[in-house]
Amino acid sequence: MTGRKLTGYWLILPAALWLGLFFAIPFYSLLANSLYDPEGSVLTGYHVSYRFANFADAIRDSGPELWRSLWYAGLATAICLVLGYVLAYAIAFKAGKWRNLMLVLVIAPFFTSFLVRTLSWKLILADDGFIVDTLRFVHILGEDGRLLATPVAVIAGLVYNFLPFMVLPLYASLEKIDGRLVEAAGDLYASPLRGFLKVTLPLSMPGVVAGTLLTFIPAAGDYINAQLLGSPNQRMVGNVIQDLYTDTGDFAAAGALSVTLMVIIVAAVLVYIRRAGTEELL
Amino acid sequence: MSLAAESTSGSARSLRLTALTKEFATFTAVRSLDLEVPAGTFFALLGPSGCGKTTTLRMVAGLDTPTSGTIHLGQDEITYQKPYRRPVNTVFQNYALFPHLNIHDNVAFGLRRRGVKDVDRQVQEMLALVELEAQARKKPTQMSGGQQQRVALARALINRPEVLLLDEPLGALDLKLRRGMQIELKRIQTEVGLTFVHVTHDQEEAMTMADTIAVMNGGVIEQMGSPAELYENPRTTFVANFLGQTNLMPGTVAGADSDVVRVDMHGTQVSIPADRAHTREGSGWVGIRPEKVLLAPEGEPIDAPGNHMTGGVITDVSFVGVSTQYLVRMPWGQELMAFEQNTGRRAVLAHGTKVDVSWRPEFAFLLPATQDVNAGAVEEA
Amino acid sequence: MNGVQRLGRWIGDHLVLFGGLLVVAYMFTPIAVVMLMSFNDNSRSRNIYAFRGFTLDNWTNVCGPNGMCEAVARSVGIGLAATIAATILGTLAAFALVRHSFVGRSAMNTLIFLPMASPEIVMGSSLLALFVATGNSGRLGLVTIFIAHVMFCLSFVVVTVKARLAGLDRNLEQAAMDLYASEAVTFWKVTFPLVLPGIAAAALLSFSLSFDDFIITNLNAGQTVTFPMFVWGVAQRGVPMQVNVIGTIMFLISLLIVVGNMLATRRKPAAA
Repeated sequence: MTGRKLTGYWLILPAALWLGLFFAIPFYSLLANSLYDPEGSVLTGYHVSYRFANFADAIRDSGPELWRSLWYAGLATAICLVLGYVLAYAIAFKAGKWRNLMLVLVIAPFFTSFLVRTLSWKLILADDGFIVDTLRFVHILGEDGRLLATPVAVIAGLVYNFLPFMVLPLYASLEKIDGRLVEAAGDLYASPLRGFLKVTLPLSMPGVVAGTLLTFIPAAGDYINAQLLGSPNQRMVGNVIQDLYTDTGDFAAAGALSVTLMVIIVAAVLVYIRRAGTEELL
Repeated sequence: MSLAAESTSGSARSLRLTALTKEFATFTAVRSLDLEVPAGTFFALLGPSGCGKTTTLRMVAGLDTPTSGTIHLGQDEITYQKPYRRPVNTVFQNYALFPHLNIHDNVAFGLRRRGVKDVDRQVQEMLALVELEAQARKKPTQMSGGQQQRVALARALINRPEVLLLDEPLGALDLKLRRGMQIELKRIQTEVGLTFVHVTHDQEEAMTMADTIAVMNGGVIEQMGSPAELYENPRTTFVANFLGQTNLMPGTVAGADSDVVRVDMHGTQVSIPADRAHTREGSGWVGIRPEKVLLAPEGEPIDAPGNHMTGGVITDVSFVGVSTQYLVRMPWGQELMAFEQNTGRRAVLAHGTKVDVSWRPEFAFLLPATQDVNAGAVEEA
Repeated sequence: MNGVQRLGRWIGDHLVLFGGLLVVAYMFTPIAVVMLMSFNDNSRSRNIYAFRGFTLDNWTNVCGPNGMCEAVARSVGIGLAATIAATILGTLAAFALVRHSFVGRSAMNTLIFLPMASPEIVMGSSLLALFVATGNSGRLGLVTIFIAHVMFCLSFVVVTVKARLAGLDRNLEQAAMDLYASEAVTFWKVTFPLVLPGIAAAALLSFSLSFDDFIITNLNAGQTVTFPMFVWGVAQRGVPMQVNVIGTIMFLISLLIVVGNMLATRRKPAAA
């Protein structure tokens, strides 16, 4: 083997080792955790007992949170898709000379602390805040209705936090579309709506797929929004896992729940990619 | 290394390719090519896309490694020499100007790598030659296509390479600019006296600039010679069709002697000079360029003693200013092209006019019928 | 075209843009609130849910809250260290993936993609499981945070640099070789300067990911407190307004970098 051929191995080695040691192997440890004897504790130590019942326990104990996570994340992703598509479309085709500025505005929140921004939502949605007052005034909310500690606040927070992850891939795929294609569709008797549905939308599918994945996956595992903007009634699976580690030290249950979440997400993603892939061909 | 000394002293050396072959995984780009480019000439490799001309050029530059065969510069073999060790420079198809460097630094790049003194003065002189002195501090993206082309030329030329390779250097320019640059390139080549090897698919460009053209097709050289030679006496149907337009008419050899070959064309005998007849027996294609075809209304005299055919009918008339281009349907069904200068001697002939057709025998050529009559014809831009 | 049609057309043309601007407003409202609250005079009240009055105190006394500035400094330090490591490792990997062929390349591409497609809570628990299983649960701290941050920044670096490298015209390197630059000189004079903007973008992204991370860090930090962990802690009790000062400063710095970079890259083609 020549030196040139070996170069590739040397270049990839450090990254491969790092990801292998600290990303891939930990999954194995997690899997081992999920099969721990639940009697173990931080003090007495843990041992693998191949107790598959941990999974059944996890699903029984945390079923509502698990279900709620997927439901919130799915809804937040759908809202992100609509809002993100409008914004990405506006930047790509309508912003003109303001295009770069608008892109910067999309990226900028990325660089401002996630937690600090989420806390500021707490302020915006506060019980005596402007939004709640207005909604009460127009009777969308009742006299003492509130937004904080409701699913609305948690989902709004999720939408807000992961919107840039939706906009950027959407913009990247929309930007590549040749504007003349849409004009050609118009020339060939397609109404603007049909032109969009038959030309723009199918061509932006890679962005739609990437954006929904990048939004859904982190949203499903998130617990910050549920914690800061919600109440115990909005707890998501992330909250449960976090508490199992830090409060109870129940590594077996935490592991089992993490693995369950991962399996559900991987399955959902695979089904989604397959369906999105065939739609793209239509 | 007396030869290296010779090269630096400026005496030019010829470029010689011997049995050069390049095979890729799925096809052979260049097949056992033999070629000698004399020092100081403007040489064009002409052919349609995929004919192997760019691969040949890249092997000379050292950017592709030949599968077999050799490349010599004078007596030195450079077949496997690294590109940065060859006294050969390239003007790339899309210029490949370094976007992060300004024009001055782009042009100075090669000199700096060789540790030449006095870089700034040389760069200024070179920029003056291509008339871009005022733009030295600009970045490539701030320049027009034509300007970028001249920067690319300056960047290569400043190194005084023994061979300058030009890969479709004018392909990205519009027609008008291209004409201007063709003349400019030829002027610069004459001025600096270097060997230029120019790759192009544009036959007009090759004929305008080159001293010698090699027409390539399917990885081999079909024919090599001066532009006039190739145009007037093509040896294959590919060359005949690829360089300009031509009429190829089927015929059968009726007899041959040392001076002429006589061919029977649908009952009419025509003669072709022996040195233009590339077959001496069987059937063949009689070729005649459209501007050599003379027309006259039926029965009127044509002032050229030559091959005379009757029974044509004009089926199309295109007036293009300097000339009128006719299509004439011959009795055997084929349509011949005939271009006539608008000298004003005669009114333009109308569609449907019955005409006689003639040409001087010394302009005709004869190709073997085994060759594809349409080879090289589709490429016309 | 009559007036009504024209109005309809105008609305149609601008509707999407308006929608887009509304979404931008949605994205920026919290940041505006953060900036506003950095001037909030909160001295007389523990209630953070209202603007009580304008003051510069939060800015002049940024480090007032106990432990906050230490946490910020720690996060900056971790961010820099993780960024440097992830950028170097990721850039090397990007070169390997774009420029070299080796056995297991597609597996490597998958391995690099996966961290971006895994929920943080799962990656965090896995890493914690590893540290516990290897008997390092007592040593959770700066080192384990660093390990975790490099791990999740790495993928983003590889993807960013790879994109830049894949878009690089190979002719430029060939042109350099043609102009007497050896392989090494070609790399340093042409390849590296042209990939540098991608590397810089990757580093910037890494730093912000690292600085901002909470979920993975929280599981693997032991007793060490980073800035997001500090914010999380005070969020339960009462947020000092200085947190908003830090948020504002971060926003302004990043805006400065992004806008500055945009102006620098735009100047060149704009003049053409």
